[in-house]
Amino acid sequence: MTATAVHTLPELGPTRPLTIPPAAERTLSNGLTVIAIRRPAVPLIEARLRVPFAGADLATSALMSNTLFSGTSTMSTVEIAAELQAVGGALGSGVDPDRLMISGNSLASGLDRFLEILAQVLTDANYPTNEVETEQARLIDRLQVLQSQPSHLARVALQRRMYADHPYAVQTPTVDQARSVERDTLLALHRDRLHPTGGHLILVGDLDPDTVLDVVERRLGGWAGAGSPVELPPTPALVAGPLVLADRKDSVQSSLRIALPAVSRKHPEHAALQLANLVFGGYFSSRWVENIREDKGYTYGPHSLIDHSIAGSALLVSAEVATGVTAPALVETLYELGRISTKPVEAAELEQARQYALGTLQLGMSTQAGLAGLASTYAGYGLRLDFLAEHSERLASASLADVAAAAEKYMGPAKGVVVVLGDADVVGDSLSAVLPVTVQPSTSA
Amino acid sequence: MAIEIPRTRYPVERFTLPNGLRVVLAPDASAPVVGVAVVYDVGIRSEPEGRTGFAHLFEHLMFQGSANLEKLAHFRHVQGAGGTFNGSTHLDYTDYYETLPSNALERALFLEADRMRGPRLTEENLRNQVDVVKEEIRVNVLNRPYGGFPWLKLPPILFDTFPNAHDGYGSFVDLESATVEDAADFFHRFYACGNAVLSVAGDLDVDAARALIEKHFGDVEARPAPVRPDFSEPDLTGERREIYTDRLAPLPAVASAWRVPDPAVDLAGYLSYVVLAEVLTDGDASRLVERLVLKDRSVTSVGGYIGFMGEPFEVRDPTALVLQSHLPPGGSVDRVLATVDEELDRLAHDGLTPGELSRTQARIATQLLRDNDAALNRALRMAVLEQQRGTQTLAGTDISGAALLNELPHMLAAVTEEQIVAAAATLRPERRASIEVIPGAGAGAQAPAAAEGDEQ
Repeated sequence: MTATAVHTLPELGPTRPLTIPPAAERTLSNGLTVIAIRRPAVPLIEARLRVPFAGADLATSALMSNTLFSGTSTMSTVEIAAELQAVGGALGSGVDPDRLMISGNSLASGLDRFLEILAQVLTDANYPTNEVETEQARLIDRLQVLQSQPSHLARVALQRRMYADHPYAVQTPTVDQARSVERDTLLALHRDRLHPTGGHLILVGDLDPDTVLDVVERRLGGWAGAGSPVELPPTPALVAGPLVLADRKDSVQSSLRIALPAVSRKHPEHAALQLANLVFGGYFSSRWVENIREDKGYTYGPHSLIDHSIAGSALLVSAEVATGVTAPALVETLYELGRISTKPVEAAELEQARQYALGTLQLGMSTQAGLAGLASTYAGYGLRLDFLAEHSERLASASLADVAAAAEKYMGPAKGVVVVLGDADVVGDSLSAVLPVTVQPSTSA
Repeated sequence: MAIEIPRTRYPVERFTLPNGLRVVLAPDASAPVVGVAVVYDVGIRSEPEGRTGFAHLFEHLMFQGSANLEKLAHFRHVQGAGGTFNGSTHLDYTDYYETLPSNALERALFLEADRMRGPRLTEENLRNQVDVVKEEIRVNVLNRPYGGFPWLKLPPILFDTFPNAHDGYGSFVDLESATVEDAADFFHRFYACGNAVLSVAGDLDVDAARALIEKHFGDVEARPAPVRPDFSEPDLTGERREIYTDRLAPLPAVASAWRVPDPAVDLAGYLSYVVLAEVLTDGDASRLVERLVLKDRSVTSVGGYIGFMGEPFEVRDPTALVLQSHLPPGGSVDRVLATVDEELDRLAHDGLTPGELSRTQARIATQLLRDNDAALNRALRMAVLEQQRGTQTLAGTDISGAALLNELPHMLAAVTEEQIVAAAATLRPERRASIEVIPGAGAGAQAPAAAEGDEQ
C-alpha cells in the first residue's frame, strides 16, 4: 500500500428536489384519457395504453393479447411489424386480472405513424383464422413451459390459498381452456371490452405535451365503443391456517412464500407500512436479507414487497432456499416478522429505509420507460405523477411510532398465509415441526 | 423514405490518474441521478482450471467489506443514500456499479475506491458466499427448465480450450475448493487499478467530479494491468452437434453458434453480424420469425444475438452469432436447422427486400437509445467500450472507446446490404456448433439423463 490513511465515509450533498416533469392531460370525446409527459433526454417516445379488463375470460384475453397485432383488414402481421420498425417502433400487449396493457416505443420523429398504426389495430384488428391458430398453439406451448417453472407453480399455489373464491385466485388459463378459444370469441371480446372509455394512454418522451394531445385526438379520436365498467369485489381478508406444502418431487430448492395483509397506495398507513417492509426485508440492507443470505447463506435473492392490484393489496415475502434448509429458513423468516411486529425499529434503520424509498423514487423517474410505467400504473388507480410529491412527504414524515404501528397491525407472522413449493418427502417433517402443514399436489393453473 | 437515425451528443471526458486508473465521465443533467461503474478487465475466461466459477465467486467477495468498511456496510451506504447497486461477471470483464441521487456521488466514489484498495477476504465470508452462489446456480440453472441454455451449454461445443469452453457459473466441487489465498492472489493479479476503468454518467459537474475522483482514487496503490492471455481459437472445420436431456424441460429446443469477426480488428465487419442477427430475428417482420414461427410453425420462438451473454458491444474475440429456438411438442430439430440454412442461403443469394435493412436499423437505434436513457447503462457501456475498444478512426476523426456510445447507432445504420449478404453467406452448416435439448419432463418424455450432474 502506498497510503495507509483511514478514509471516512463522505457526507451526502444537499438533497435534490423531487421535480415532476411537464405534462398535459385531456379526456377525448370517446372517453380515452391521454397523458403526455415531456422527457426529451433521448429522441424517443414510450407509450402505454391501459384498458380495464377485469372479469374478462382468462384464456380468451390471453389469446387476444397474443393476436391483437396479427392483422387488420388492410395489413398482415408482418406488415404491421415492418411498418412499426420503419419508425424504429414496436408494440406488444399483455393482460392481468385488472387490465390489458399495450406497450411500445419508437423514434420520436415516428410518433404520428406509430399512433396511426396503433389506431388501425384498435379499430380494425380482425384476428385472421390462420394467425389465431398459430398463436393458439404458441400460447399452449408457453403455458406448458410456464407450468414447469417453480416460480409459476409457487405463485399459483399462493394465489389459490390467498384469494379462495375471488377472481384473483386463478390468473392463468389451463391448456384445455386455451385450446377451446375460437376466433369469434376473440372478436366478441375485442368488441365488448377493448374500449377507449375508462382507458388511459400515457406518452412519455421527446415531445411537446400540448401538441401531442392534438395528434392523439386526430389519430385515436375515431376509436369508439363503450360498455359498463366491470368492478371486481374487494379481495377477501387473508385467513391464516396451516402451511400449504405444494409437492414438487426432486426439487433442489424450496420456494417459500408468505402473504400478509397490506393497504392501498392512497391509504394513510401506506408510507409507514412501506418503510416497515423495507426494514424487515424489502431491500438488500434489511434484517431478513442480512440474516438469511449474508449470515446464513440459505438463499440468493430473497425479497419482500407490497403488491397492489385494483381489488386489494398484499405484502408478499418470497425466497428460493436450498431444500436442506427449508425449515430453518422459515424459522428465521417468522422470527424476523415477529421481531418487526413486536419490537421497536431503531432510528438509524428507519432513516436508512426512508432514504432508500425517497432515492429510488428519483431513480424510477429518471428514464422515459420508468416514467411511462409509473404514470400508467398510477393512472389505473386514479392517481397522477403529482402523487409522488404527496407520497414523498408521507415517507419523509413517518415516525418510528407510525412504522411500529403499521408493522404490528399488518406484519405479525400470525396473520400470514404460508405456502412452500418443494419436495414434500424431504421437507415435510421438518416444516411440520414449525407450523401445522397441509400437503397438496402442485397444480399448474 | 427511411426515417433519419437520430444522434445523441453526450459529452465524453477521459483522463488517467497517475496510478493508472482510467476514468470516463459523461455529464447529462436531464435527471438528478448518477450512474457509477467500475469495470475490471477480468472475467470468466481468465479463471484457472480447477476453479470454474471463481471470477463470479470473487465478484461476490468484493461486496463483503473492504479496507475501511465492515461487512454489510457497502450495501447500507448505497441504499441509505437512496441508491441501488450490483455487480456482474461476464466472459471478458466484471462490473461493479451503483445508481443514486446525484447528491450521493462522492459516497459512491468512496465506496468503489475502498474496495479497489482491497476487499476483506475471510474464511467466514468465503464460505457464506459459496453457499449464496450455490443457491444462485440452483435458482438460475438447476431448479428450472432450460437452465443455462444455451449460454452454459453451447460454448463447450463451439470451443476447445478451457478459457472459452468451461462453465462460468462453476461446478460445486470447484466452488467448494476455493480458498482465501486463491482470492487474495486473484485480487492482486487482476484487480489492479491499471486494469480498471471508472465511469460516471449523469448529473455531474466535470471539474468537481474529477476533483472527487482524484481525492478518493488518487492514493489507490498503482499496479499495472496483467498481460491479457491470448484466448483465440481457430474456427470450426466441420459441423458439431450435441444433445442433452433437461429433466425439467417440457419442449425441445436447439441453439446454434457461428464464429464472427474479431471486433477489435474489424469492427465494421463485426457490426454487420450485429445487424444480421436483428434482420433474422427482431420481431414478426424478421426473416426467421416470419418463416419458422408464422409460416411453418416449426418453432414456438426464435431469437438471435451476438455473444453468449447477449451483449454485442461488451465482448471480445472469440465470440459468436447465436440463434436459439424452442420447438412445439415433437418438433424436428433437423427440420429447423435445415430451414435456417435455407433462409440464410436465400438471403445470401437474393439479398434483402426494399426497406428491410433500413427498418431493422431504425429499430436497433431505438433500442440502443432506450438503453442509454438510463445514466447507469451509459456509465456501464462507456466503461466497457473504453476497456475493450481502442480509439477508432471514423470518417477521418478519432473516436475514443467510450465515445463510441454516441456513434454506435450510426455505425450500425451504415452497415450495407452487401455486408449483410456477405455475413449471411458465412453462416454455413460446416461452421456451426449446435446443442439440442431433449425434454425430460411431461408425458412421453425420455428418462432423465445426468445432463446437469456435474453441478450436483
